[in-house]
Amino acid sequence: MDWAEAILASFRERDLCLVAYVPDEVLGPLIGGALADARLTVLCATREEEAIGIACGAALGGMPGAVLMQSSGLGNSINALASLAVPYQVPLLLIIAERGVLGEFNPVQVPIGRALRPALDALGIPHHTLARADEVGPVAGRTLRQCLLTQAPAALILSPLLTGGKERA
Amino acid sequence: MTTAPDRDTALSRLALTRRLVALLRREEAVVAGIGNTNFDLAAAGDRPQNFYMLGSMGLAASIALGVALAQPARRVVALEGDGSLLMNLGCLATIATVAPPNLALIVWDNGAYQITGGQLAATAAGTDLVAVARGAGIARSAWAHDEATFDRLVAAALREPGPALIAARVDAAPGAARPERDPVLLKDRFMRGLGAR
Ligand SMILES: Cc1ncc(C[n+]2csc(CCOP(=O)(O)OP(=O)(O)O)c2C)c(N)n1
Repeated sequence: MDWAEAILASFRERDLCLVAYVPDEVLGPLIGGALADARLTVLCATREEEAIGIACGAALGGMPGAVLMQSSGLGNSINALASLAVPYQVPLLLIIAERGVLGEFNPVQVPIGRALRPALDALGIPHHTLARADEVGPVAGRTLRQCLLTQAPAALILSPLLTGGKERA
Repeated sequence: MTTAPDRDTALSRLALTRRLVALLRREEAVVAGIGNTNFDLAAAGDRPQNFYMLGSMGLAASIALGVALAQPARRVVALEGDGSLLMNLGCLATIATVAPPNLALIVWDNGAYQITGGQLAATAAGTDLVAVARGAGIARSAWAHDEATFDRLVAAALREPGPALIAARVDAAPGAARPERDPVLLKDRFMRGLGAR
């Protein structure tokens, strides 16, 4: 099973039904797979902060969800996480395609890539980096389980070693 | 109405919030934006289906969209200030695209960021949020020029397929009450109020 399929399988296993995303090339297979899954409500947000608001609202209504973004999107998400998802204890799975590392070609992706884990740590959001296809299923499944049962946001970071990263544009 | 009312006929935000709450009959969810918006909702009568935002400025409509998707059988209302909506105008395009039939947005236009000291907002210079919403694709967007029109628009938005947006020019009275500042408690009550826990 490829990484995107393994993540979608974890959604099915835990009955996660909402996916909000801001487009990213590396996330393409996951976004495409989600759109093709009739069980899922999938929507494209204009900004990551908005996607977090939507997913938090859905969770409050009993339909927890995932937000898909590239690492620069975490920069657009901070206040929504810091003043909504974290203090209100809303279950929310962030799936972040990592840029700025391991062969990045675009200099402006590097600083936010460097800030990614420190920012999540400062917010108290647990995160796991996925670099190998065989670990995706177990780690995604367990992270999602903890996120739902402990009512807290959590993040999966998809390393370029897993996804292949983005080729030079 | 598609033309914006004059500011000198501004309505009382608290009175309109009370009118909204009086029109709720079916455990509709109400998501109220930061500051005065949710202070007045608390003053209009606390209900388990009210969600009070202590932060996340600009996200009331987005949170309400999420609730509306999760609970398609329930009507969901977002209350948002003009300054807050200006921070997240993209949500109007998303809501137009997703087109949830059970969602209504109510915008309080006082032309200012009142709670931070009354600094003028773009709405004071001429940005028309009903025109912006229509341009974003929310065809059912209208100004409420008086309380009777507000009641009529709200009643229709709670009954007919949405999404709908209702805007009113409102006064600068300070928010009338304060919800409890305990996010986990606020969340828990709201979720129980929606039968989500
Ligand atoms: C991200 C962020 N930026 C700025 C603020 C400060 N702030 C709190 S409420 C507010 C104004 C909100 O304006 P509006 O929604 O129009 O409501 P009003 O105060 O006019 O009733 C601002 C700027 C904040 N809380 N969060």
